[in-house]
Amino acid sequence: MATSITPRPAPALPPALADLSFGARAWYRLRHQFTNPESLKSLLLGIGGVVLLILAWWLATELLKLPRFEKLPGPVAVWSEFVSRNPPFGTSVFTPEYYMHILWSTLRILVAFGIATVLGVPLGLFMGWNKAWKDYTFPILELLRPIPVLAWVPLAILMWSGREEPIIFLAFLASFFATVLNTLLGVESIDEVYFRAARCLGAKPRHIFFKVVVPGALPFIFTGLQIGMGVAWFSLVAAEMLSGEYGLGYLIWDSYVLSQYSVIVIAMVTLGLVGYLCSAAIRLVGRQLMRWSTRGEA
Amino acid sequence: MAEATNAPRRAEVTVEGLTKRYGYHPFWHEVLADCSFTLRDGELTVLIGPSGCGKSTLINLLAGYDKPDQGRILLNGAPVAGPGSDRLVVFQETALFPWMTTYGNVAYGPRVARNVPKERVDERVQALLEKVGLQDFKAKYPSQLSGGMQRRGELARMMINDPAVTILDEPFRGLDAMTRELMQEYFVTILEERSQTVLFVTSEIDEAIFLADRLLIMSNRPGAILKEMEIKLPRPRNKDMLQTEEYLGYKREALEVLHAEAIKAFAGGSKSAQDFLEAFHKEHVEQA
Repeated sequence: MATSITPRPAPALPPALADLSFGARAWYRLRHQFTNPESLKSLLLGIGGVVLLILAWWLATELLKLPRFEKLPGPVAVWSEFVSRNPPFGTSVFTPEYYMHILWSTLRILVAFGIATVLGVPLGLFMGWNKAWKDYTFPILELLRPIPVLAWVPLAILMWSGREEPIIFLAFLASFFATVLNTLLGVESIDEVYFRAARCLGAKPRHIFFKVVVPGALPFIFTGLQIGMGVAWFSLVAAEMLSGEYGLGYLIWDSYVLSQYSVIVIAMVTLGLVGYLCSAAIRLVGRQLMRWSTRGEA
Repeated sequence: MAEATNAPRRAEVTVEGLTKRYGYHPFWHEVLADCSFTLRDGELTVLIGPSGCGKSTLINLLAGYDKPDQGRILLNGAPVAGPGSDRLVVFQETALFPWMTTYGNVAYGPRVARNVPKERVDERVQALLEKVGLQDFKAKYPSQLSGGMQRRGELARMMINDPAVTILDEPFRGLDAMTRELMQEYFVTILEERSQTVLFVTSEIDEAIFLADRLLIMSNRPGAILKEMEIKLPRPRNKDMLQTEEYLGYKREALEVLHAEAIKAFAGGSKSAQDFLEAFHKEHVEQA
């Protein structure tokens, strides 16, 4: 009987993004960004939009001094403060305080986000995996989740005695709910056929948990982490405005009280940048973990 | 080949009076009603029936994902209690884990069974990947494979587990006509070589007769076995046999049963039955 039933050899596939090293992928992406006319156009349009925004801001605040805008700091004032070696309000790229604020906020976020991830992801996985566990905990989650984080402020202060703990608690809380919910949705999004296939291949529950539930939920988990990171920054800044001695939220409020308005804008833009970098870091880790997913490759 | 060294196992599945209803009394609808048949040891049984006749329900019961309301399923005389690695299902489209490479998918069964040493697993995975022609694609993810390659990956994942009973649920669904034909020839070679107990479920008549030792024709909902046919075409089979008088005789016989069933379903308002009748009329009545 014929045993060699080797099918016709398939033509070699072009190099797929998933097979390349991280650095090579980044390089190709970047090169494409600048050489492909379509991408280049998008890039230029994006830059153009930002330039227009700054121009409008400059017109409103510094050239025309429109009503309602006249008290706001303009781009020139902000920029000259930001790059001054001897800034009048004491915050620029050359002052150590600026970096202390960033460092403090980032550390708080890392602690809050870290705890939220460590607690939230396993909880979400269990909820999605075990029906009884979900029935038991889901109503509690759905009752607590819609409460805006700012409503927790008094309780947070009553619960935690120190200066850092309430701030971290509030940032944690916001991030936690987003993480749990998305992880749960992630498990529920896994096609039933994979559970069935695993079972008839002889998998025991723990194999199914680690080899089907966890990887299958990963795309949603990372969506949850992205959202969690965003809301963690949101609540952190609010909490830092209430208490704290360092941190970007504190800097914004302190500068307002001291009428050092340019610093407010410096802190705001810094928040935007740091927040973006945090999200980008999560996306990066996600892409590395989900090479199999076509969705992860934009 | 590694599998050939295994002592031959007997695997006979007996299905007795299987009934399955969905919904709740008095609104339930019967999907299977008193369905009985046997999968004989070492035989390739093909189950064919109109779409929506309860084939998938039957597979879920055989695999143990679901429990029957009445009747029982016996594997070598022992009742089936739940899913197990003795009965493996190859699903419609593909159920390769998208997050594992081809290699990881094929190695999954032995890895979770933990009864084979690691090097031995590697050896068998490599051998099977070579057999199905995927050795160059072992580091690829399923989304990077073509439809035909995915089916071959499924086949390797099935063979490495060497189940006593293999259940294939319309495995070629979603493939284009040419790939489908290629896969049929491919599967028939592999399945003939293994000569183990197989249930192949399909809604394609040519595919059914081409593969089958025995053909079971299922009725419309509620599903039951209408007719059993022994297909005595010689093995190994090839596509040239589809032209023989013997083959056409089998096809005519099977189509007559399906046609009668479609008329009943049509009277009951089934739209897919209407399509079938139209096609049947065109091919067999107008040509005659």
